[in-house]
Amino acid sequence: MGEKIDPNLWSDGAEPHLMGGRLPSGEIVFPMPSGDAAEGVEPYKLSRRGKLWSWTSQGFLPKEPYEGPGSGPGEGPPDFQPFLIGYVELPGEVIVESRIVDARLEDLHLGMDLEFCIVPFNMTHDTFAFRPIAAQESKAA
Amino acid sequence: MSENVYIIGAGIHPFGRTDSRSGREQGVYAVREALGDAGLDWPDIECAYGGSAAAGNADIMVNELGLTSLPFTNVANGCATGGSALAASQQAIASGMYDLALAVGFDKHPRGAFNAKPADYGLPEWYGQTGMMLTTQFFALKIQRYMQLHGISRTTLGRVAEKAFRNGTITPHAWRRSPVDLETIMNAPMINDPLTKYMFCSPAEGAVALILASEKKMKELGADGVKIRSVAVKTRPPNSFEVFQAGISIEEGGKPTVLASKAAFEKAGVGPEDISVAQLQDTESGAEIMHMAENGFCKDGEQEEWLANGWTEIGGGKLPVNTDGGCLACGEPIGASGLRQVYENVQQLRQRGGERQVPGKPRLGYSHVYGAPGLSAVAILERE
Repeated sequence: MGEKIDPNLWSDGAEPHLMGGRLPSGEIVFPMPSGDAAEGVEPYKLSRRGKLWSWTSQGFLPKEPYEGPGSGPGEGPPDFQPFLIGYVELPGEVIVESRIVDARLEDLHLGMDLEFCIVPFNMTHDTFAFRPIAAQESKAA
Repeated sequence: MSENVYIIGAGIHPFGRTDSRSGREQGVYAVREALGDAGLDWPDIECAYGGSAAAGNADIMVNELGLTSLPFTNVANGCATGGSALAASQQAIASGMYDLALAVGFDKHPRGAFNAKPADYGLPEWYGQTGMMLTTQFFALKIQRYMQLHGISRTTLGRVAEKAFRNGTITPHAWRRSPVDLETIMNAPMINDPLTKYMFCSPAEGAVALILASEKKMKELGADGVKIRSVAVKTRPPNSFEVFQAGISIEEGGKPTVLASKAAFEKAGVGPEDISVAQLQDTESGAEIMHMAENGFCKDGEQEEWLANGWTEIGGGKLPVNTDGGCLACGEPIGASGLRQVYENVQQLRQRGGERQVPGKPRLGYSHVYGAPGLSAVAILERE
């Protein structure tokens, strides 16, 4: 396991949760605000399961501040690994933007059941993602 | 009671790549074109508003244009820089304080997708580090969901781009002047699914200047003016879904484009059915499709039929959209892009569109710009 891309982005433990915030109004937001905007906002462990709200693929190497494969010294577009990205609706909470892993683009569809997971991001850091629940279960089997 | 305001001069520096000129030099070029168009000299201009996103301040242009001591306000409003400059100059004249004002926008961006800093948008660093700080992803994510919900096909996305390049071939200020056929567009490398390379506009260079006048001044000069019926600039309402959002509310919110459109129509006292020609923000093919509905020109899902029947073509029968090829064919110099749309409507309403002229003496022109972090500007012009 690498270092967390942000120490406060998800909770530690066997079953990590993405960290959101609960506003005084009761509304759940993501990410947890920082600085003065965090006043009155309670850290809130977001649901580990959600449904796919929209998706796309990232087919080219992003410029700075991207720190994934292809961005390092001496690296370039040939080292880039395309990835999937989407919005995941966490029922009754908030819709979060996330990487989608263990899935092919053509398999993605609205409302697909997804589960939170932690994945390696680059040589030193991990990031969060969501993956299809079925894919995860078949791997375990 | 506010004064009527007219656009009496419109100038443009061709969009695309001009290595020999800085962004601001292109701005100066556009101002001189606009002055020539209006039959004015720089010392006639009483106040000015303008800016760029990445090519420096506008007020320095007085070095080249002349030190006439006019008040020159820099506008730095991202994608709405042009729209805000237009709104400010319109207000300057409508208030009765001035009779002649300049609105100018210019830009020059490096090649490739825009890269934004998370901190500039109040976002944590991880958002950029992990590759989510990309405007192209937002547009793909928005149209992907829209296509699923409203039955828009990939072919329709392709048709929007095909139309843009076709209009670009007959537009002197466009960057992309060659047609691209539907098959090539559909089979091009995928940038962010469902959007291929030809469905995205590129950051570019260019400049636009508009000269605004009071009715009294226009008559005194005997100028060929187009009336500004309304200008509306709106930022995002609660729970909206915009570019650069790590989290979206589960409550469906409003849209800045819908708000700006409604406000502009209300102020002008006209409706979508009255519009003769429209320039809609087409950062990519999907944006034009969604903006057709957000601006009230059709219902969600009807775009499929509109594009299949060519109803948004020049002379297509319903509503010509992006007659100069839009952002797809002209590229997107952020500070100039919104004013290009207004420039195009001014040309169309004055019947100066040349090969791309909309038939049947268009009376009302509609322009709409959208950008980060969720703002929209709409202008409705009228040929009286």
